[in-house]
Amino acid sequence: MGIYLPIAEISVNVFVLLAMGAAVGFLSGMFGVGGGFLITPLLIFYNIPPAIAVATGANQVIASSVSGVLSHMKRGTLDFKLGGVLLAGGIIGSTGGIYVFAFLRRLGQLDLFISLLYVVLLGTVGGLMLVESINALRATRSGAAPVLKKSGQHNWIHRLPLKMRFRASKLFVSVIPVLGLGAGIGFLSSIMGVGGGFIMVPALIYLLKVPTNVVIGTSLFQIIFTSAYTTLVHATTNQTVDVVLAFILMAGGVAGAQYGAKAGQRLRGEQLRALLALLVLAVAIRLAIDLFVTPPNLYSLSALGLN
Amino acid sequence: MTGRKAFATAIFLSLLAAVVPAKAQSLLPEGIQIGLSTDNVSITAGFSGADLTIFGSLENPDPLVARQNRYDVIVVLEGPPRPVVVRRKDRVLGVWVNLDSETFENVPMSYSVATTRPLQDITEPNSYKQLSLGASNIYMQPADAGDSPATIEEFTTALRERKAATGLYSENVGGVQFLSQNLFRATVRLAPNVPVGTHKARAFLFKSGLFIKESSAQLEIRKSGFEQSIFRVAHNYSFLYGVFAIALAMLTGWLGRLIFRKD
Repeated sequence: MGIYLPIAEISVNVFVLLAMGAAVGFLSGMFGVGGGFLITPLLIFYNIPPAIAVATGANQVIASSVSGVLSHMKRGTLDFKLGGVLLAGGIIGSTGGIYVFAFLRRLGQLDLFISLLYVVLLGTVGGLMLVESINALRATRSGAAPVLKKSGQHNWIHRLPLKMRFRASKLFVSVIPVLGLGAGIGFLSSIMGVGGGFIMVPALIYLLKVPTNVVIGTSLFQIIFTSAYTTLVHATTNQTVDVVLAFILMAGGVAGAQYGAKAGQRLRGEQLRALLALLVLAVAIRLAIDLFVTPPNLYSLSALGLN
Repeated sequence: MTGRKAFATAIFLSLLAAVVPAKAQSLLPEGIQIGLSTDNVSITAGFSGADLTIFGSLENPDPLVARQNRYDVIVVLEGPPRPVVVRRKDRVLGVWVNLDSETFENVPMSYSVATTRPLQDITEPNSYKQLSLGASNIYMQPADAGDSPATIEEFTTALRERKAATGLYSENVGGVQFLSQNLFRATVRLAPNVPVGTHKARAFLFKSGLFIKESSAQLEIRKSGFEQSIFRVAHNYSFLYGVFAIALAMLTGWLGRLIFRKD
């Protein structure tokens, strides 16, 4: 069944989009990530203009994050204060990102920049995760106890000034790295249409040493607001949020997420991380190939922006 | 055979004798008129391209010329003009990057042509150029006239080629048919991605390869229904639209959890 997307201005198949949303929702529920990093490239592969894929992806991420945060709130695994500080940084980064986005769009380099960012970030994160999870799998197979984070172990981040106490995370740390992390994620959110969970989660665990059980809830909490802000700014400055497209993806996504979360409980942590790493790497490689393969058309047209 | 030919010539001559005095009296020049059954066309959600029929008539056609099919009509439906940037990808360190670009002012967003016969059979290339008629003859005004003619030529060709590939510039040979001596019907193609706005329908009359007259009419193409409302709101009330998109996402997330919760 075809449906006309009012902002993207093309006709697409509803069932393809629903399936796309459900598949990504399933994976996001399974791995505890927003799924924006999968939705946006998939939309681009499906010929949705990248600018619209990014803005709509940010809108879709809100729905899956709300759905996830609700279950974390029930379990009490959410640090509102840490989330709030991350969010403050996120707003700053997102504002900067929107300006860069509009600038690159005028220059005609937006599509390239989005693809490059995806390839570099997904490649790095996916690669690191794969190495880490394979090591963990090897360690459990050989019978050795998994190496846990040693408490009291401090790195340079913990020597920075302006310290703040985050009770729910049992953390006493400078606000500078927290704000910086939030800003970085906000920037990526507005340019890539992602919530940034796939970077936020490892950064909170490995850099700030936040307890793993609080990480996902807190990350999802701040992602709701960062992507809401991103959606709003994209809607007002670029008019690239397609609400019909977003709604179809969400409808498939929220349903898939709950089933995915259940499926995820049956797999072990390091197996889950290895699978996620492979998935992330696959998306990165697919995007990388597109950068190097000779495009079918060397020439492209774009209307000179009215806004 | 020879006998018949001579007979035909005789008739021809006598006809000519009959017509010439009549013409001398009235001296009515040939003209062309087109009519649109509606001055606006609405595109709905499922629009996947369509044929638009335009009717027209010749005024004071010479019956003899008409009978010999020496009248030709070209009908053009031209979309609203917009500035367009054409970009060319080149390899930089193995990666394909948009490098060179050329901006053109007032490029018709769409250009559909319907003709009685193949363009090259109607008149010679020069008259098309003078009339700036046909997708390959529209003058594309470069924004930066200082660029080299070769570059401008290259990007102009690419622009036409891309427009033709997306169906926005199309040609329908045989799309104009005479229904009687005076009346003709033209069928122009509307591409699925036809731009909204004021389109201009123009009809050109040729007699034995000579341009006689032109007539034009305007047509408004607009989106209708639910999709158009969304598009309008997104552009005119973009802040409220953004708030709505966020609220919808939050509601969907919450409902999704209520309906599909598995824990």
